[in-house]
Amino acid sequence: MSVGLLSLLLLGLAALGFGLGRQRAIASVNGDARGLHSLPQYYGSSVALFTAVPAFLLVLVWLIVQPVVIESTITGMILPEDIGDGSTRELVMSDVRRIAEGIDVLVANGATGDEIAALVADPVALKARLGDAGVALAADINPHVATASAAYRGEVAMGRTMMSVAALALAVAGFLFAALRVTPQFRARNVVESFIRVLLIGASSVAILTTIGIILSLVFESWHFFQIYPAKDFFFSLTWSPKFGGGSDLGIWPLLWGTLYVSFIGLLVAVPVGLMAAIYLSEYASPRVRSVAKPALEILAGIPSIVYGLFALMTVGPFLRDYFSQPLGLGESSSSVMTAGIVMGIMLIPYVSSLSDDIINAVPQALRDGSYGLGATQSETVKQVVFPAALPGIVGAVLMAASRAIGETMIVVLGAGAAAKLSLNPFEAMTTVTVKIVSQLTGDTEFASPETLVAFALGLTLFVFTLGLNILALYIVRKYREQYE
Amino acid sequence: MNDMRLTERAVTEKAKMSARKVQVYYGSNHALKDVDVDILDKTVTAFIGPSGCGKSTFLRCLNRMNDTVASARVEGKIEMDGHDIYDTRVDPVQLRAKVGMVFQKPNPFPKSIYDNVAYGPKIHGLTRSKAELDEVVETSLRKAALWNEVKDRLNAPGTGLSGGQQQRLCIARAVATGPEVLLMDEPCSALDPIATAQVEELIDELRSQFSVVIVTHSMQQAARVSQRTAFFHLGYLVEYGETGTIFTNPSDPRTESYITGRIG
Amino acid sequence: MTDVIAGAVPAAKSLIEPDARTRARNAAERRFRMMGIAAILIGLLALVTLLASVLGNGLSAFRQTYIEMAIPLDAAVLDKAGDRDPEKLAKVTTLGYGKLIEASLEQMLADRGVDTKGQTAKQLMGLLSKEAASDLRQMVLAKPDLIGTTVTFPALANGRVDGFFKGRVTMESAARDSNISPEQLEVAVLMKEAGVIKTSVNWAFLTNPDASELRPESAGLGVAILGSAYMMVIVLVLSLPIGVAASIYLEELAPKNRWTDIIEINIANLAAVPSIVFGILALALFINFLGLPQSAPVVGGLVLTLMTLPTIIIATRASLKAVPPSIRDAALGVGASKMQSIFHHVLPLAMPGILTGTILGLARALGESAPLLLIGMVAFVKDYPSSPPEGFFDPASALPVQVYSWTQRADPAFAERASGAIIVLLVFLMTMNALAIVLRRRFERRW
Repeated sequence: MSVGLLSLLLLGLAALGFGLGRQRAIASVNGDARGLHSLPQYYGSSVALFTAVPAFLLVLVWLIVQPVVIESTITGMILPEDIGDGSTRELVMSDVRRIAEGIDVLVANGATGDEIAALVADPVALKARLGDAGVALAADINPHVATASAAYRGEVAMGRTMMSVAALALAVAGFLFAALRVTPQFRARNVVESFIRVLLIGASSVAILTTIGIILSLVFESWHFFQIYPAKDFFFSLTWSPKFGGGSDLGIWPLLWGTLYVSFIGLLVAVPVGLMAAIYLSEYASPRVRSVAKPALEILAGIPSIVYGLFALMTVGPFLRDYFSQPLGLGESSSSVMTAGIVMGIMLIPYVSSLSDDIINAVPQALRDGSYGLGATQSETVKQVVFPAALPGIVGAVLMAASRAIGETMIVVLGAGAAAKLSLNPFEAMTTVTVKIVSQLTGDTEFASPETLVAFALGLTLFVFTLGLNILALYIVRKYREQYE
Repeated sequence: MNDMRLTERAVTEKAKMSARKVQVYYGSNHALKDVDVDILDKTVTAFIGPSGCGKSTFLRCLNRMNDTVASARVEGKIEMDGHDIYDTRVDPVQLRAKVGMVFQKPNPFPKSIYDNVAYGPKIHGLTRSKAELDEVVETSLRKAALWNEVKDRLNAPGTGLSGGQQQRLCIARAVATGPEVLLMDEPCSALDPIATAQVEELIDELRSQFSVVIVTHSMQQAARVSQRTAFFHLGYLVEYGETGTIFTNPSDPRTESYITGRIG
Repeated sequence: MTDVIAGAVPAAKSLIEPDARTRARNAAERRFRMMGIAAILIGLLALVTLLASVLGNGLSAFRQTYIEMAIPLDAAVLDKAGDRDPEKLAKVTTLGYGKLIEASLEQMLADRGVDTKGQTAKQLMGLLSKEAASDLRQMVLAKPDLIGTTVTFPALANGRVDGFFKGRVTMESAARDSNISPEQLEVAVLMKEAGVIKTSVNWAFLTNPDASELRPESAGLGVAILGSAYMMVIVLVLSLPIGVAASIYLEELAPKNRWTDIIEINIANLAAVPSIVFGILALALFINFLGLPQSAPVVGGLVLTLMTLPTIIIATRASLKAVPPSIRDAALGVGASKMQSIFHHVLPLAMPGILTGTILGLARALGESAPLLLIGMVAFVKDYPSSPPEGFFDPASALPVQVYSWTQRADPAFAERASGAIIVLLVFLMTMNALAIVLRRRFERRW
C-alpha cells in the first residue's frame, strides 16, 4: 500500500471518527447539547485526533527508521570479498538499491515472480534484462549482490505492508478508545485542548530538531572525514589542492584567508556607508526623504544573493578588471577578492543600516537634548554622544554583518574565483570556505572520499564560526537594550 | 526674606532676555499664545502652571531647543541683550552656549564624570590646555556642589552616580560652558527631597553669576527659590511679577485658583 | 576666547557674527551631513546600477530571432504507411525533419531572391538552431493532421545569429568563431532585409525547459518555474502551520522556563545560520540518510521550510504580541478557555501580520540558491516534472539555481538568459512584496 493511499485511508477514518464522536455525544444526551460537558464538535475532534495523529506519527517514524534497519541487515549479506578494489561498502549498497529499483521496473513491465526469481539466480541475464528496461549498470552483477537486491526488495515490501497494517491497527485502536470514552461527563474540550497543546509543543521543537540535525550531520560526517584525513593537516596545512584519486592537500587556511579577506572588504564598504546612512536617516533626514530612502535601501536587502552574484560576475568584475587591475598591473582576472568584497559590501549596506537605525533610535532623546542644550552641533552630538552611547549595539550589528558575510555563498561562488591562494593582492582571484563546500559537494561525488567529506568539516568550521559570532552579537545587543529599557 | 531680595533686585533690574508676542505651534496645535516676558539678569525666574500649560514650551523657545522638534513653529520676538535670537543669522549653536539648559530627568552622557563636564568647554573651545580644562571641570563641579563627592573618581562613569548627583552633574556640565542664562526644566521632579534641597540651594548660589529660569510643578519650590514668577495657563501667560506678589496678592482670579489648589 | 576660566563668561561673543571656531564647527557639521547624504546616494546608486545592469543584460532574452518559412509536410516522407499511426510517426527522427527544413529553406531563399553568397546548404542550415528540427517534429506529432499540408513554421535562429541581431556577436568575433562565419552572417543580413528573419517576443523563454550547451536559443525557464512553484507550495503548506503553531505555543502558552529560553535563543540563531549549512543538512539528512531523490522539489521544499520557519515564527510572534491583552482578558472573562481565546480571538486578529510575514518569508525562500546547489538541483533537467504529488519527487530545477547553472556555461548567450531569468525572479519577488505591502496597508490595525 502506498503512503498516499494509506494517508487517505487514515484521514477517512479520522473524518468518520469525527462524525461518529459528535453523533454519539449528541445521542447520549438525547439531542440536548446543553447536557454535554463540551460542545459536540469537541467530542468529534477528540475521536478524530486519537485516530489520525498517533497513526501518522507511527508512519513518519517508520519511514525514517525502516531504511536504516533494512540497510543494516542487507549490508550483512555482502561479504568483504564482494567489495572490489577501489570500491566501498557504500558503493556496493547503492548498486543493491539500484538493482532493486530495476527489478521493480521489470515487475511493473509485467515480469512474473518466477521470472524474477530465475533472473536473480542468473546475474548475467538479470543485467541484460535490466539494460533492456533502461536501468544501465556499470559492472557485472555479483551473485551475492543479486540475492541481496532480491532480499532488499522483499524487506522493503514487507516493511511497507507491516507499516500499513500497524498504522491502520493503531488508528482503529485510537478510534475505539476515543469513541468509547464519549459520555456526557467526558471533558472532551479539555482533552482536545491538551492534545493541541502537545501538537503546538511539537511544532515549537522543530527548531530545536533542526539545530540538532545540523549539528549531528556536520559532526558525524566530519568525524568520518577526520578518520581518513589527519585533523592536524586540515587545521594547519597551508595548501589546498584536492586531487580526486588520492594524495590531496586539504589545508583550511587558504580558504579561511579568502573568506576573511572578502568579508573584511565587504565590511569595509558596508559599515561606513551603512552606518552613515543610518545616522543620516535617523538624525537628519526629513520625514519625506526618510519615507523614500529607507524603503529604497530595503529593496537592496530583499534582492536574493544570486542576483548580487550575477552582478559581480557580469558587471563589477569586468569593470574592476578593465579599469583598475589591468591598467595597474595587479591582475588579469575579473573574479577577485575585490569584486566579491565590493558586491558583498553592497549587499550588507541595508543590513548594517537597518540594524544600526534600530540601535541609534534606542539611544534616549534626553541624551541628544542634553548635548544640544550645551550648544553642541548635530554632528558633534552624533559623534560624541549618540555614537559612543550606541557603540555596543553597533558592534553587535557589525558582528552580525560579519557572520552574514562569512556565510555568504552565491556572491563568492560567482565573484571571488576558485583558486585557493594565500595572497595579499585583493585583485587576485581567491576562494572561500563556502565556495569549496559547493564545489566539493556538487556534481557526481563519491561519498566516502576525503575530497567530498572535507566539505562537512568545512561546513562545521563555518557553522561554529558564524554561530559564535552570532551568539556574541546577540548577547551584546541584548545587554545594550537592557541598558536603555 | 522677600524684603531683602527686593533691594537686591533694584540693583540688577535689567532685562537679559525679553519676549514679545511669542506664539508656538506644534503642527496645527497653537500651544503658546501671546507671551510677553522679561527675564532679568542675575535673578531666578520661575514658571509655574498646570501640566500642558506651555511653560516648558516657552522655556525651550529661549534657547531654540524647539528647533530640534520638526513640527514646532515659533512666531513673535525674543531678544537677548537686544539681539533677536530668532534672526536667521543667529546660529542656534552659539545661542545655546550662552543659554544653557538642565533637563527634567538627569541625563548624564554615558562617559566619565570628567568628560561629562568637559564636553561643553571642549566643543566650544573654551580652554587652551589640559590644565585649564582641569580647572574648569573642578570649578564647575565645585559650583554644582559635587566636587567633594566625586573628586576621587572623576573617571568613573557619570551614569553610575545617584539621581541627585546625576542632576548636579548635569548642572555642572551646563555651568562649565559659562552660560549667561541657565534654563532648568523641572530639575527636581525626579529627585528625592534631600537631593531637591541640595539643588535648590545650588540654584540660589548660581544666581550671583547669571539669570536662572526654572520651570517647576511645585509652588513651594517657586516660592523658595525665585524672585520673579510667571503663571501660565492653557497656553497664555496669565500673570507675571514678583514672586511675593504672585503668591500673596495675585491680581488674576486664575492665578489665585491655581495657588489655592482649585485648578491644577 | 581670551582668559576663560571656569564658568566665566567668555569675552562677549556676538550672537550674529560667528567667530572663526563656530564657522569651523559649522563647516564640520555641513561635511558630516554631506557624508550622510553621500552614504544614502551610494546605496541608491548601487541599487540603480544593479537593476540597470540586470535589465540591460537581460531584457533582450525576451526577444528572439526566428527564420520564418513555409514547409510542405510531405506525407511520403513523414507517414509512409499513410495511416497517421502515432507510433509509426514517431519513428521518423529529427534527421528526417531536418531534411524537410533544409529543402524548404533553400527553396524559400531562391524564391525570395536572397543571394546565398555561395554558402552550402549545410552552412545555410547553420543559421538555424539545432533545435528547429525537433520543434517541427513535436509540432507534427502533436497534430498529425498537419501532414500533407504546408505549414508556416518560425524556426529558431541559431544563438549566434540571434546574438548578431542583438549586437552581442560581431563580424570580427564571428571570424574567430568556429560556430559561425562572417559570410553566414552576411547572408543573415540579406535574409533580414528580405523579411525572412524576424524578431518577436520570446514566450518560449518562460515555458521551454533548459537546453544543452549548444542550443542557448531554445533554453527556457519552464522547468525552473515549475520546480520553484512546487517548492513554494511545500514551503507554504509546511511552514505556515508549523510556524504559527510554534509561535502560539511560545508566545501564548509556554511557561517562562529554561526550555523555552533555549528554544528562543535557538530560533534567533537559526535565523542567522548560513544557508549553505542548511544545504549540508539536507544532503546528509534527506538524501543520504532518508534516501529521498536528488534534485527533487520535495527535498528543496523541506530544506527551504526549515530555513523559512525562523522568519515566520519571528513575524508571527510579533503580530501575536501586538494584539492587546485586553482582547484575551475579554474572552477569558466570558468563560472561554485559553485555547478558545487564542483560536477564536487572538489568532484572527493577528492573521494579517502573520500572512505578511509568511509572504516575505516565501519571497526569501524563492530567491535562495545555495542550499539547492548541494541537493543536486543544478543537474541538467530537460523533462518537466509531472503533476503533484508524484511531481514533487521528480527532478526539477529552480529559478535562482537555473541562473547559476547558466552562468557556468561557456556560450555568452547563456549570460543573457541568466539575466533574463533574474528579471523573471525579480518580477515574482516584487509581486510578492507588493502583495505583502497591500495586505499590511489594508489590514493594519493600530491598537
